[in-house]
Amino acid sequence: MNPAPAPIYPGTRIPSPVPTMLQVPEELAREADILEVNFGPNHPSTHGVLRLVVQLDGETVIGLKAIIGYLHTGFEKSMEHKTWWKGIPYAPRMDYVAFQANELAFVMAVEKLLGIEQPPKSVWMRTLLLELNRIHSHLVWLGTSALELGAISPFWYAFRERDRVLDLFELVTGVRMHTRYFQVGGLAEDIPRGFFSQCREFCEVMPGAIDQYEAMLTENPIWLSRTKGVGLLSAEDAIALGQSGPVLRASGVSWDLRKAEPYLAYGDVDFDIPVRENGDVWDRYKIHMDEMRESVRIVEQTLEGMPPGPWIADDRKVVLPPREELHTSMESLIHHFKLVTEGYTVPEGEVYVAVESPRGEFGCYVCSDGGPRPWRVRFRAPSFVALEATATCMGHALVADMIAVVGSLDTVMGEVDR
Amino acid sequence: MIYEVVPGVVETKEAYGETTLVVDPARLIDACLYLRDALGFNFLADLSSVDYLGWGEEPVAGYWGSASGRDLNAPGTWALPRTPEPKPKRFAVNYHLLRVDPSARGARRVRVQIWLDDGEAAQSVVPVWPTADWHEREVWDLMGIRFEGHPNLVRIIMEDDWEGHPLRKDYPIGGEPVRFSEER
Repeated sequence: MNPAPAPIYPGTRIPSPVPTMLQVPEELAREADILEVNFGPNHPSTHGVLRLVVQLDGETVIGLKAIIGYLHTGFEKSMEHKTWWKGIPYAPRMDYVAFQANELAFVMAVEKLLGIEQPPKSVWMRTLLLELNRIHSHLVWLGTSALELGAISPFWYAFRERDRVLDLFELVTGVRMHTRYFQVGGLAEDIPRGFFSQCREFCEVMPGAIDQYEAMLTENPIWLSRTKGVGLLSAEDAIALGQSGPVLRASGVSWDLRKAEPYLAYGDVDFDIPVRENGDVWDRYKIHMDEMRESVRIVEQTLEGMPPGPWIADDRKVVLPPREELHTSMESLIHHFKLVTEGYTVPEGEVYVAVESPRGEFGCYVCSDGGPRPWRVRFRAPSFVALEATATCMGHALVADMIAVVGSLDTVMGEVDR
Repeated sequence: MIYEVVPGVVETKEAYGETTLVVDPARLIDACLYLRDALGFNFLADLSSVDYLGWGEEPVAGYWGSASGRDLNAPGTWALPRTPEPKPKRFAVNYHLLRVDPSARGARRVRVQIWLDDGEAAQSVVPVWPTADWHEREVWDLMGIRFEGHPNLVRIIMEDDWEGHPLRKDYPIGGEPVRFSEER
């Protein structure tokens, strides 16, 4: 447990009156030659369709406003018009890099309302897939963020391993991304043969690959001068701004939902949470690298500890019966018909479930009226909140630092806009 | 965790392992300051709104349950049409609070809930948790609930000149009506 960390800077750097917007101070507005520039929404370095309106005094950013909404497709409203079962594919498509964490949050919320328990095999397999997804997300982050700062080589190295992870997903679920594999009650299908050996091979290769990425960046003088001391965020400001995940841990707060509120099999596996004190871009980078190593440890342990047995709960009111039974059992046929047409109904109530996605706390609030469709689904996206911290992290930094800061906050615009 | 001492609490609900504090909207800031400073809920995880227009108008048949879960074996709970309890007002705004403190014991999460009618405004909690800035803008944009005291209440997701609040229940999902070839 970390004691209260020493503040990086005294007082708060959250701008006021608007906490998420840097506004040009009065004196500068009159005297300096301010240039207002639009970054995005079409820009190779904004991690998607993010628009930053910045006011520049020379090379220094003195005004910053983030404008979002260019990727809004109405996920939450669409899910109100789909049954519970058919609404599950909406969830992974928000954060399209950490898709299984999104799917898990929604499925866990529905399971909580239903009061249904998943079998142990499903618990461990979900943990395994979630950690593979964490590795996948951090690899994409590493490749793209390094590319934005001009380090072109790590992109190719990171995507080489990313492709191996996607091959593993394809082996298990049939799809590389947006794997609709988590079902309410467990997994959609049993784990196919060959997965465990291929996953073990991946775990043997991955630590060496992480060493390769670190060899390129961690002590690279250009990388250090671009990222050390840039984008400072103190622990108090991070908590006040609702930051979670690697950004919060880089600022010195030892908070990870996998340890604080263990879910799935995280209470049974052994892993550490990397925490750093400086709160700059380099610390966030190092935490991503260390988290990848810890994820490999978790994957190895779940491979060893995978229990045998059924992969989905036995509750026929919610789970499809096996196809062989449909030929002989009338009740199974009726259950199958009801589940496929109207779908199961979820008892009335509201729940909030949060999982530790690679970006932070991904929360799903579900309100049910007892019917076959959700009344309201709300997703708390960590990237949405991370962008709120852009103004605080920037302070009055240079344009080049802005790219580093926005990259280090690890935002995916799909979950920002939903 | 004793929640009756929180100023402004009208009702406390426990369901599915979660605690919901229903707070009088006029005393929202007092309640939030107390929860943050005295009880240690320093992290606003989520601020969202629900529109209950049309709640309970159609009975839903199915396996409904209670806060303690479904009971498959209780007779009379299967497939009977049942209308849920009516809600006090049209909109509910939920504040999901969290205590980020690795060494704390006890409840870590609580939900604060306020009920508003169409046209009523809520107090902005940006002075309490600055992260509420964008969440409140999103609630204003998509649901049409104003927040008094918000420093910059403009649309965030939809375009600046959009009309209407899309997440409301009386706002259409979109799409075009189907035209048949016999019609003229």
